[in-house]
Amino acid sequence: MSARPVSEKLAREFGLNAEEWGRVQTIMGRMPSFTELGIFSVMWSEHCSYKSSRIWLKELPTKAEWVVHGPGENAGVVDIGDGLTAIFKMESHNHPSFIEPYQGAATGVGGILRDVFTMGARPIANLNALRFGRPENPRTKRVVDGVVRGIGGYGNCVGVPTVGGEVNFHAAYDGNPLVNAMTVGIAPKDRIFLSAAAGIGNQVVYVGSKTGRDGIHGATMASAEFDANSEEKRPTVQVGDPFTEKLLIEACLELMGTDAIVAIQDMGAAGLTSSSVEMAGKGGVGIQLDLDSVPQRETGMSAYEMMLSESQERMLIVLRPGAEEIARAIFEKWDLDFAVIGHITDTGRIVVRHKGVTEADIPLGPLADEAPLYRRPIQWPVPLPVLDNATITCTMPTDQALLQLVASPDLCSRAWIASQYDPAVGGQTVKKPGQADAAIVKIEGSNRALAITTDCTPRYCQADPKMGGMQAVAEAWRNITATGARPLAITDNMNFGNPEKPEIMGQFAAAIQGMAEACIALDFPVVSGNVSLYNETEGKGILPTPAIGGLGVIEDAHVARGIAIEPHQDLVLIGETAGWLGQSLFLREIMGREEGAPPPVNLVAERRNGDFVRHQIAKGCVHACHDVSDGGLLVALAEMALAGNCGLALDELNTAHATHAFLFGEDQSRYVIAAKDASGLLEEARTAGIPACLLGRTGGNELTFPGGSSVSLADLKEAHERFFKTWMS
Amino acid sequence: MKAIVTVMLKPGVLDPQGRAIGHALETLGFDGIGDVRAGKIIELELAETDAGKAKAAAEAMADKLLANTVIESYRVEVV
Amino acid sequence: MSLRAGIVLFPGTNRERDMAIALAKVSGGREPVMIWHKETSLPPLDLIVLPGGFSHGDYLRCGAMAAQSPVMRAVRDFAEAGGHVLGVCNGFQILTEAGMLPGALLRNAGLRFLGQDHSMRVEQTDSIYTSGYAQGQIIRVVLAHGDGNYFADTATLDRLEGEGQVAFRYASPSGEVSDATNPNGSQRGIAGIISANRRVLGLMPHPEDYVDPLMGGEDGLPMFAGIVQGLAA
Repeated sequence: MSARPVSEKLAREFGLNAEEWGRVQTIMGRMPSFTELGIFSVMWSEHCSYKSSRIWLKELPTKAEWVVHGPGENAGVVDIGDGLTAIFKMESHNHPSFIEPYQGAATGVGGILRDVFTMGARPIANLNALRFGRPENPRTKRVVDGVVRGIGGYGNCVGVPTVGGEVNFHAAYDGNPLVNAMTVGIAPKDRIFLSAAAGIGNQVVYVGSKTGRDGIHGATMASAEFDANSEEKRPTVQVGDPFTEKLLIEACLELMGTDAIVAIQDMGAAGLTSSSVEMAGKGGVGIQLDLDSVPQRETGMSAYEMMLSESQERMLIVLRPGAEEIARAIFEKWDLDFAVIGHITDTGRIVVRHKGVTEADIPLGPLADEAPLYRRPIQWPVPLPVLDNATITCTMPTDQALLQLVASPDLCSRAWIASQYDPAVGGQTVKKPGQADAAIVKIEGSNRALAITTDCTPRYCQADPKMGGMQAVAEAWRNITATGARPLAITDNMNFGNPEKPEIMGQFAAAIQGMAEACIALDFPVVSGNVSLYNETEGKGILPTPAIGGLGVIEDAHVARGIAIEPHQDLVLIGETAGWLGQSLFLREIMGREEGAPPPVNLVAERRNGDFVRHQIAKGCVHACHDVSDGGLLVALAEMALAGNCGLALDELNTAHATHAFLFGEDQSRYVIAAKDASGLLEEARTAGIPACLLGRTGGNELTFPGGSSVSLADLKEAHERFFKTWMS
Repeated sequence: MKAIVTVMLKPGVLDPQGRAIGHALETLGFDGIGDVRAGKIIELELAETDAGKAKAAAEAMADKLLANTVIESYRVEVV
Repeated sequence: MSLRAGIVLFPGTNRERDMAIALAKVSGGREPVMIWHKETSLPPLDLIVLPGGFSHGDYLRCGAMAAQSPVMRAVRDFAEAGGHVLGVCNGFQILTEAGMLPGALLRNAGLRFLGQDHSMRVEQTDSIYTSGYAQGQIIRVVLAHGDGNYFADTATLDRLEGEGQVAFRYASPSGEVSDATNPNGSQRGIAGIISANRRVLGLMPHPEDYVDPLMGGEDGLPMFAGIVQGLAA
């Protein structure tokens, strides 16, 4: 793109409003150049500046004894013992994945990997949280196929196992799927690399792939709503090269083993602009870039294009004096580009030179400090009223209802997806997808393992954003707890609609409040995150989706529990059952109604029940454990039976609630435990005041329900696996 | 000069990609499609100015790396 | 008794740690040597492993560029002198591309990457790699490949069968071999083949990922135990 005359009209085209444009002119004290306007517009985009969300994100708790670095760095860092840290983050790539599903998802994985290894961590696990439109929508199939191939294509090649994730389908995502990718890495606590530049005169080095014209203005695209012309935005989607990423991981980690690095940052959204501005800004220094030295893939690129390119697999490094030759040798060994493109200055400004001309000269302080910050108008959501269970009369027999539920797109087997990802590379995956409530990945050379999960129930968030936010955090905590691990911290990926609409801002703020309450009650702080707004198509918003990535640690991986049952065991339900049907999948899939308030989360009970379960696992009293979530108790039991290829028989119910409400209600804070002999556990629960009851026994080849009806394991398996097989054949 | 190397699976080697493309075209309503084969084209910019020598060089490259002659055949065109 | 094993690293190799862990487990903790693909000579070794991954991004064809790496000349010389070479997944693809094993690995018939457990049947036991198993034994392994569809012409396949060079075949957990148990379209269900002198083995599945019950199984362990027993005498 060649330079165009700078005007208010152009500023608006670049996404700046009149007031922001005025502020740019005040800061510059003159008419900005084309390149300068480009820099302002991407740095002040929603994607980079968090201008609508920042004010609310401050309400989230971010501290705990084990938090080493909270939000503000490339990823969050928590102490996991043995002198090690886990470094993790989740990030969205929603808009690119709709336009070009394969590359959108692939580069999403690549970007989040870089956020983690840029801090010195070797990535050991990838997860994802995906939301797609209705399966009946002809477009959905293409998006699902492309996204799954893209995640696999990138993750498998870089050699990081994809160990977990979640998938939902809903009409609200028809024109705006969500692709949230999470990476977890491990680094020694005393070898963590940050991005704050320092040392006047130090060299600024560019490594990785060459720069092309890809994805220019990607950050501003991620901050704009879709319209009917979105298809034409295709050329701005970046193309990923996982092979180069793999080389970049190895080369960066090799360089990090020396003392050559002062600061390092990946070039993500807004590429060279955001990386150089953030590095210099955080360090309180200035930076001068000489674009003639930037490795270029195309000829005739302008300063504007180079500063805004979102070519993938690139990093910016500030080197210690005298370290150039060591660094160059390492990147040459890995066949990657290496170029000194600038140096650190004491001016507090970013100066961009190209072909003998100063293309940009901006004071960094005001660029950051005077970035727009909006307290947007809010319309607080009114939670839907509680559904009266008396209005739900179910005539469908239990066995039929279960078969229909496990065959539904939201509850069916995810094996078709999971089998396109490599879950085992690295040789440390203890529990693969479907084997436990959270993925369990061991740390090589140690008995210690991480428990990792992604969670959110968007239909709860739509009905009551505050409760939905709370539930998402609680469910992540619960899933980690169900494996026996100790939950440590979360990363959040806030996917919402247009923040300029008060009701959307209300959803956002309420969800944050719910999340904050849960984080505090469960000692489960937020250490990193990402906000994706404007997820709307032609004015229709998505369900509010605050996706939570949770991480926990277990001292001995052998203690970690999965969900698979074995014969001759007692089945115990922990937690209170009120038969909550509002917003349940039973209500939607069997009764055809999407109504009511979501199940409330009692955070005191959540913590008490979870701490009890974790303690029982640590004592060795638990063979298998599964939390009760989507689909309720019977679906949880069916999943345990399928995982262990083992039947079970339930006792007659001793409850005042209707059978379908007891079996399919989605009351929170509950777990099913399988244990050889549960009498001791039940006794301890009684003493501790934890609601617990014996449900039945495991064994046989069928599931037998109260009232005597039953389903064979074979029929259950067939129903569970039917959807993707049929849909994708 | 530019050499264009076309690499195709040999007849008799199953080409699931080609088959899938054919199937997809039929689903889209295109009739009368016989066998579909998918291959790849590799364009090489060569410093060589003699067409014969350029072709020979490209053929050597195809033999050595660009094609696996166990399963693939190739054709070189110099333009 | 300790095995001198070397693992070759190509740019894009990613299962070298899995392999190192498996080899160290049967070698009293001795770590194998890592060999960079640009090396032209090798240290004294009992075994060379070409591990899994996406060498050179698997661009062009899986294993094609790695097969032309400087180190492969030394690997070929090593094998020609009677040395033992094991190629797993990408390593198998490299061995066929280098002409050290017959045939080729095509795109999976289903055109999708397969990351899942599968069973395979041990078809011969007269090599260090297979002596730890019983003839016809069914073992569970990890598949992680997009191009594992084994192809060779009929004459080659007949020769491989006749010479007992088919080492492993995809099977059902109960041992049947049929189209239904063939995950990737490989001819005759072939999962791995061995050279005529029984020293060069290539296979698509990953025995190295199942050497510890904690990770879900140890059906791969007899292969590595057999290697040590056969080589570290």
